Amino acid sequence: MDYLTCDQVKFSYETGENGESREVLHGVSLGIRKGEFVALLGHNGSGKSTLAKHFNAMLLPSSGKVYVDGLDTMDESLKIEIRRRVGLVLQNPDNQLIASVVEEDVAFGPENLGIAPPEIRRRVDDALKAVEMYDYRLNAPYKLSGGQKQRVAIAGIIAMQPDCIVLDEPTAMLDPRGRTEVLDTIHKLNREKGITIVLITHYMDEAVGADRVVVMDDGKILTQGTPREVFSQVQLLKDHQLDVPQATELVWRLRSEGYDLPDCVLDIGECVDALEPLLKSSSGDSYVCP
Amino acid sequence: MVRDITLGQYIPGKSMIHRMDPRVKIALTFVFIIFLFVASNFQGIALMIALMLAVLALSGVPFGQYFRSLKAIIVIVLFTAVLNLFYGSGTVVWRCPFFPVMQITDGGIGNAVFISIRIISLILFSSVLTFTTSPTQLTDALERIMKPLKVLHVKVHEISMMMTIALRFVPTLLEETDKIMSAQKARGADLESGGLMQRIRALVPILIPLFVSSFRRAYDLAMAMECRCYHGGEGRTRMKQLHMTRLDTAAIVCTAVFCAGVLFCVFRFPAALR
Repeated sequence: MDYLTCDQVKFSYETGENGESREVLHGVSLGIRKGEFVALLGHNGSGKSTLAKHFNAMLLPSSGKVYVDGLDTMDESLKIEIRRRVGLVLQNPDNQLIASVVEEDVAFGPENLGIAPPEIRRRVDDALKAVEMYDYRLNAPYKLSGGQKQRVAIAGIIAMQPDCIVLDEPTAMLDPRGRTEVLDTIHKLNREKGITIVLITHYMDEAVGADRVVVMDDGKILTQGTPREVFSQVQLLKDHQLDVPQATELVWRLRSEGYDLPDCVLDIGECVDALEPLLKSSSGDSYVCP
Repeated sequence: MVRDITLGQYIPGKSMIHRMDPRVKIALTFVFIIFLFVASNFQGIALMIALMLAVLALSGVPFGQYFRSLKAIIVIVLFTAVLNLFYGSGTVVWRCPFFPVMQITDGGIGNAVFISIRIISLILFSSVLTFTTSPTQLTDALERIMKPLKVLHVKVHEISMMMTIALRFVPTLLEETDKIMSAQKARGADLESGGLMQRIRALVPILIPLFVSSFRRAYDLAMAMECRCYHGGEGRTRMKQLHMTRLDTAAIVCTAVFCAGVLFCVFRFPAALR
């Protein structure tokens, strides 16, 4: 039984005053298992963020159904229950912190759930430790770096003890160091706490570490599978103006030039392993070692 | 420059006054202010001054800080003092040679001194509150103090949530203003020269982007709050509970004693204002 289920989800935005609307999701069906790490890829306007907002009832499907842990998101009375189970982290870390002190911001979620004060204290401390921001608990959010702010935002979600965290391009506004911090945190939460992760991104490199990659294009699922299965379809992705990780692309290009290389490599390590024998076997004059 | 701003006037510390329950601090500040006006003679006001000096010393905030907060109101104090010099009765001390109506009496001098002491004490007492209580504590305490107003359909929780968010976004928006100003300067905007009207007009290209981005932020924030199960004040708990300690009880008792003293002076001695 899947934890998150989308069944033929269609969604339209109202655009004009006279009831005109534009359909951005054209019947998406998707199941996500408990404890899975899913990367949702697609370029701008592919409907990936819209789909993400269906996972915690921020948006409701125009037709079709979304179930979270068996709960129907259309049922208004279950809204709080659903949002407690599935937390959503947004792109801009500045706009999702509410209080002027880090620990009070993390406490915001549990406070809304009406949890007893000593229990909130315990959860806030645990959540801040889980994202390695415990030492900053009394700081003001505006004094933190982007990566740190985003980790505080994640802690604010963890403090509600969700089963699943959906992250909508959490690294888009961060520098490379902030990106690494946030990605490491997400992977750790998935590994150690068994939290289901749905990571929405347009950085292909971030998707490589996922259990499953789902590629969206124009409001539909284009393809899905393990990172290796998905990124071996380089031509398909390119046809839809999507990139593949750089290492994958390099090996793919060499292969199409006729070099004898493996089907699909995902990261720099694999790429080095694949190219090393090729470089060693080539004659000394044509290869200059740096 | 923006990064150094202190919100409100809070000066962190661990003094007795800092450690008091903010609710008690707010309530006692109100009592002090009321009694400043109840004390209608010099004996009574002397008691209030003694209490004030004790509180200032206990707050552990450098006296220089208090002087700085007084600097802002020195004009008002002088203005009221001078006005009061001419309103009063009693023996005439000095009469204006050109306008005989304008005269300074000994009663007028007394009034001027008295009123000045009242205004200065008023500012000092409220400074103690803002210097020793963080903005978060203040909004928190205000929410709890105003709770009974719910009966009158005052949206207490909403008001305090707005204050919290406003405080949180002051530095963010300042930073943003800075960025927009730099961006407009890079495009050749002239913000520093010209007359008053010209400078005000130069602010328009800064204010418009700031407004637009504030609305975008508000939209994002509302969504983030909903994602975290926010549904108004109904059924909400707070992580930090405010507790009254023995310190607060002691402060209340001390204040009560002083206030009783002031009341005694009021009935025992004649009023100072004439």
